[in-house]
Amino acid sequence: MSSTTAPLAGRAALTAKDVAAAAPLPDVMQPKTRRKGAIGYMLRHPTIAIGGFLLLIIFAIAIFAPFLWTKDPTALAPVMRTRNPSAAAWFGTDMLGRDVYSRVLYGTRVSLMVGFGVAFFASVIGLAIGLVSGFVRWADSIIMRIMDGLMSIPSILLAIALMALTRGSVGNVILAITIAEIPRVSRLVRGVVLSLREQPYVDAAIASGTSTPVIIWRHILPNTLAPMTVQATYICAAAMLIEAGLSFIGAGTPPIIPSWGNIMAEGRALWQVKPYIVFFPAIFLSITVLAVNLLGDGLRDSLDPRAAKRV
Amino acid sequence: MALLEVENLQTHFRTPDGGVNRAVDGLSFSVEAGETVAIVGESGCGKSVTSMSILRLIPEPPGQLAGSIRFQGKDLLKLTEREMRAIRGNEISMIFQEPMTSLNPVLSIGQQIGEALRLHQGLSKQQAEAKAVEMLTLVGIPAPDKRVKEYPHQLSGGMRQRVMIAIALACNPKLLIADEPTTALDVTIQAQILDLMRDLKHRVGAAIVLITHDLGVVAEVAERVIVMYAGRKVEEANVADLFRNPRHPYTQGLLGAVPKLGSSLEGETERLAEIPGLVPSLKQKIQGCVFASRCPKVTELCREVAPALEEKAPRHVAACHYAEREAIAA
Amino acid sequence: MFAYIIRRVLATIPVMVVVALFVFSLLYLAPGDPAAVIAGDQATPADVERIRASLGLDRPFVVRFSEWAWHIIRGDLGISIFTNLPVSRMIAQRIEPTLSLMVVTLVLAVVIAVPMGVVAAWKAGSWIDRAVMAFAVLGFSVPVFVVGYVLAYYFALGLDWFPVQGYTPLSQGFGPWLSNLVLPAVALSSAYIALIARITRATMLEVLQQDYIRTARAKGAGQRTILFLHALKNAAVPIVTVIGIGIALLIGGAVITESVFAIPGLGRLTIDAILRRDYPVIQGVVLLFSFVYVLVNLLIDLSYTLFDPRIRY
Repeated sequence: MSSTTAPLAGRAALTAKDVAAAAPLPDVMQPKTRRKGAIGYMLRHPTIAIGGFLLLIIFAIAIFAPFLWTKDPTALAPVMRTRNPSAAAWFGTDMLGRDVYSRVLYGTRVSLMVGFGVAFFASVIGLAIGLVSGFVRWADSIIMRIMDGLMSIPSILLAIALMALTRGSVGNVILAITIAEIPRVSRLVRGVVLSLREQPYVDAAIASGTSTPVIIWRHILPNTLAPMTVQATYICAAAMLIEAGLSFIGAGTPPIIPSWGNIMAEGRALWQVKPYIVFFPAIFLSITVLAVNLLGDGLRDSLDPRAAKRV
Repeated sequence: MALLEVENLQTHFRTPDGGVNRAVDGLSFSVEAGETVAIVGESGCGKSVTSMSILRLIPEPPGQLAGSIRFQGKDLLKLTEREMRAIRGNEISMIFQEPMTSLNPVLSIGQQIGEALRLHQGLSKQQAEAKAVEMLTLVGIPAPDKRVKEYPHQLSGGMRQRVMIAIALACNPKLLIADEPTTALDVTIQAQILDLMRDLKHRVGAAIVLITHDLGVVAEVAERVIVMYAGRKVEEANVADLFRNPRHPYTQGLLGAVPKLGSSLEGETERLAEIPGLVPSLKQKIQGCVFASRCPKVTELCREVAPALEEKAPRHVAACHYAEREAIAA
Repeated sequence: MFAYIIRRVLATIPVMVVVALFVFSLLYLAPGDPAAVIAGDQATPADVERIRASLGLDRPFVVRFSEWAWHIIRGDLGISIFTNLPVSRMIAQRIEPTLSLMVVTLVLAVVIAVPMGVVAAWKAGSWIDRAVMAFAVLGFSVPVFVVGYVLAYYFALGLDWFPVQGYTPLSQGFGPWLSNLVLPAVALSSAYIALIARITRATMLEVLQQDYIRTARAKGAGQRTILFLHALKNAAVPIVTVIGIGIALLIGGAVITESVFAIPGLGRLTIDAILRRDYPVIQGVVLLFSFVYVLVNLLIDLSYTLFDPRIRY
């Protein structure tokens, strides 16, 4: 191969006339600029913004229910039975003359309590079980068989079976749904633990004698936090739906407590003539669950992009 | 009229953050019937995007094509999707780099070869399978009537690439685009596949556009070579001219990076030359010469004025202000 | 293959044992005297005594459980405390409406959800995709009984297209049977459709990125062939898996849907049993549903070979 070093004519010799400039190329598309900061984030994750906003309002309703022109949600008024919505009773009254508006607003408290209560307890207990399962070999197969068994009982049925034994109370409803939801969390945590144990840096930490609590604190918890948060929002949404379902069929909170499921259960007999009794709690329940689900989807997209691809 | 005439092809992509990636920017070349043209360059220079653009396999959006790609006089960029489908796999077909992932794992070999035949030649299921067996024989797969009922996971990488070639040649295409057909294979298998391609080319008579970064493959198979850099053509010549007398500093660098037999005997220990620096980001518009950031001969002029492609010798073009120019009879 | 089937069937046994153990021991997990719990608040001491005797509470737990389990394996689910009828007979009388509802819902959901997910993945980012995803979030959020009431209000009460409530057995004709099931099935399918459509979309999005899809396009295959032959077959395993897991959703929803549409099925039986604390019936229904769930998922597991030739046992 011959030397190909071009005999440079020298810069001076290259006059503008000699230079063959390439023709400029047209633009096929224009670049778009992306908004930065909080507003940009909200625009890219609209579900977090919408879900969070709705949930904020719902929390405000729950907290300030007594101040939002409500009456005593349990006060009976036999003369005022099954009145249609009017200026006096915005959402009408039920069969016993109770104010549906007040009952629906107070019902927010029950739903949030059940939703967030179950999400919290199921996460904590599920985390503990998942950790034991992931770290203690001999316990793993036993625990996972139990979890498989629990998961093959549809959660509403499991909650129904548990509720049939106990007296209806908000606490028992939370307990029953929590038991039904624990397997989901513990499987998730176990999965994370098992996959992390394969990682060289965790393996090295174990081999060098780092104690299990330290490994959990340094490696496992930080990695479970994101998927668990996402899971918790879905459990929260599921718990609210299950609570409403349980109350609706008469196996949930005691009828005296104004929960959305109870209000709908009471309106059930009259739904063909007085649909509003069912309608208003239904709207509130749907919007609340929607808000939590939107938040969950948004969190999943932004915290856990890999999982977002899967579902 | 050439079989394929690509003119000022621009394939740009919208990036997730809203910017524009100019993967191919103003590429022109042509391919005569029956000719083998190689497109070479480092990875990321737009070779594969070019090949996908010719068959219009670029998803739009995020991609967008401009310029023209005339095949037998028809501008492919102006065809409807339906008209384009009648060309894909029929008049122009393609072989991909990854034989391991380019075959559908849940369909039998026979189904996958037969698909193009049933689509373009209206063969029945039985006819297509019979033709598939024939094609498998042609590409040198033993026991074809047994293999035709098997699935890709039951075949080795070399076998799979043979199946890919069978699929591509099933309808006797006029143009075959081979995108790194041997890169993912073992060296011995590479040679077999290249032999097969050369052999089949003579029998089928298709023109081939060979996309590769492997100059050894180019020297063996191609008649003409196009060197791409950062989405543009920087040099084009007959294979012998290019290897003997590369004009563009980038081509010189690429050729310097090829180990030469016997060269170490000439006293100085010859190292594998490498071109320092990185391919520039295609997300910004490049002012001046695209190779300026890595060129050993760069001057102020290069940074300011993009060189045009000029005929530096008969049928040998390069885009460099300083490339040696032979006297061309005007 | 055969050995694999045997192994998979055997693997379901521990799961069913756990379910049975759980269902059986529920009574004893409850605070207080199980006999009194079952008897309820208005029971006389004589009632409690009668129930205690029928439960055989004086014998050890293991003995009682194995006896109970042995009966169940032979199809004897015990005697209802309220009606004094065998639970298995009560279930047999009520199973047709529930099974009908679930089968119609399953078919409806798969037929709607899979194409929905496929189209959403194909047109990812378009308004169709957004609409499908919005529908999916709504489907997860609006409870089945709310959907049920809205449908019944408009399509039965308002437009009078379908009966408001009730069930017509299949033996009285396919038309009447189906027309009674349309609204409940649509209501029940909403969450199920959301689930299947989402997983279909997600899996298809991943599959459509694969090299072999590009090969199919390079061959000149049409969009429909690519989506439904090349891509969907590759996406089938995760999709059928979720269809199986979603059966749990369907079972839970069926109990509530039956109550909205006054369908005399297992859901109605369950609710009546809860109100009467008829525990053998509740145990029977929970066991049956769990068994169905495990069985369906076993079949789905075994069906993977139909979709993917790489899976060999």
